[in-house]
Amino acid sequence: MAATDFWRRLGAFLGGLLAVGGARAVDLPGDSAEAMFHSYSGGGVTANGPALLVRKSVMDKVSLSASYYVDAVSNASIDVVTTASPYKERRNEYSLGADYVYRDSQITFGLNRSKEPDYTANRYSLDITQETFGGMTSVSLGFTRGSDEVGKHYSPEFADIATHWQYRVGLTQILTPRWIASANFEAISDDGYLGSPYRIARVFGAAVPERNPRTRSSRAMKFRVNGDLGSHDAMHVEYRYFWDNWAIKAHTLEGGYSRYFGDRWLADASLRYYRQGHALFYSDNAQAETTYVSRNRQLSTFDSIGLGGKVSYTWRKEPGKYEVKLNGSYEFVRFKYSDFTDIRTGSAYGFNANVLQLYVSATF
Amino acid sequence: MRAGVLLFVLIAGSVLGGCAIKPIEPWVKPYERERLADPIMAFSRSSLAERHRDHVRDVREGARGATGVQGGGCGCN
Repeated sequence: MAATDFWRRLGAFLGGLLAVGGARAVDLPGDSAEAMFHSYSGGGVTANGPALLVRKSVMDKVSLSASYYVDAVSNASIDVVTTASPYKERRNEYSLGADYVYRDSQITFGLNRSKEPDYTANRYSLDITQETFGGMTSVSLGFTRGSDEVGKHYSPEFADIATHWQYRVGLTQILTPRWIASANFEAISDDGYLGSPYRIARVFGAAVPERNPRTRSSRAMKFRVNGDLGSHDAMHVEYRYFWDNWAIKAHTLEGGYSRYFGDRWLADASLRYYRQGHALFYSDNAQAETTYVSRNRQLSTFDSIGLGGKVSYTWRKEPGKYEVKLNGSYEFVRFKYSDFTDIRTGSAYGFNANVLQLYVSATF
Repeated sequence: MRAGVLLFVLIAGSVLGGCAIKPIEPWVKPYERERLADPIMAFSRSSLAERHRDHVRDVREGARGATGVQGGGCGCN
């Protein structure tokens, strides 16, 4: 009897949640355009290029978007200079998206293609967001399927594939008139060639091609809180925990502060700390023959700390018609590896990186 | 321990009991969300900038996913 009563009350509670969600409609994303120059430099690698994005609604029901993104990479990283010759290559990425709004739901479909001389990646994704509880809560579900073709320069006999499945769920909750929180969870599974045909591992001091498992499965969850501080300023804090079946565990902690200066300037500052443990088969210099072995720094034990700043200036504004903003952002990142030796010096490796973004954004 | 259980039962009972009589109403009304609608409170302000930053991290860190950035992804060996 008590159990029946409990379920009846729970049903009434959930019914209340759904019932109050019916009156409000979700807004379609507004028309916008962005043009960006981005640059990364650090550890002997530079990657920069332009990126463009245009978004336009059609009949107030569908919003279409298209983007183009270029990465011109010049690579003289420690892996490259100690085992091969520096090289340059270019990656082009094209994306198309369509958002459809019906009552309190938004459905987003996306297509993405990334191409570089020895790697082609295709993705399609579907995301559904549902607002409920009087617009205070939104729940999202998403799926991405990817398939890659992996090649190797000057080795036409090498050809492999990799496929990826991503499943995500998210919840955004208004807490008070000034605070909002979100929680995200994502599971990713990979199958196929998951390494680099160029990368070298070390076993008993000798260089051998790396050997990675052909499957990987990972989970990540993130919590975030944004708060309005009341004097034209706001803050956010977020934490992500990641784990996978290669035995990598990672923590990401980020905090930021944003503030208006007058009605045209907006400045942001952020601090991010990232730390991870190494994969089961990662070794700086393996002392046993194992099925899998890798000396990929991305799978090693390391931490990084990033300090970033961003400034936005409202250049032109016609309320209700259009707005044009000029933006600049810069982040300094320090990477410090615990179990990756710089074989040129014999000490643990580390490097500094600079991440720059300059872009114009317009809404109309 | 017993006091803790009693307290939990009391709180759970009062919360669920309250629901049966009157479902929880959204306590932040639409007209109270002006501050939350300000761009300063948005989870993401620029899709291109987010994607670039995500890509920079994706190719260097072992961790991935749950960033809130939809779709995307690329082959990065």
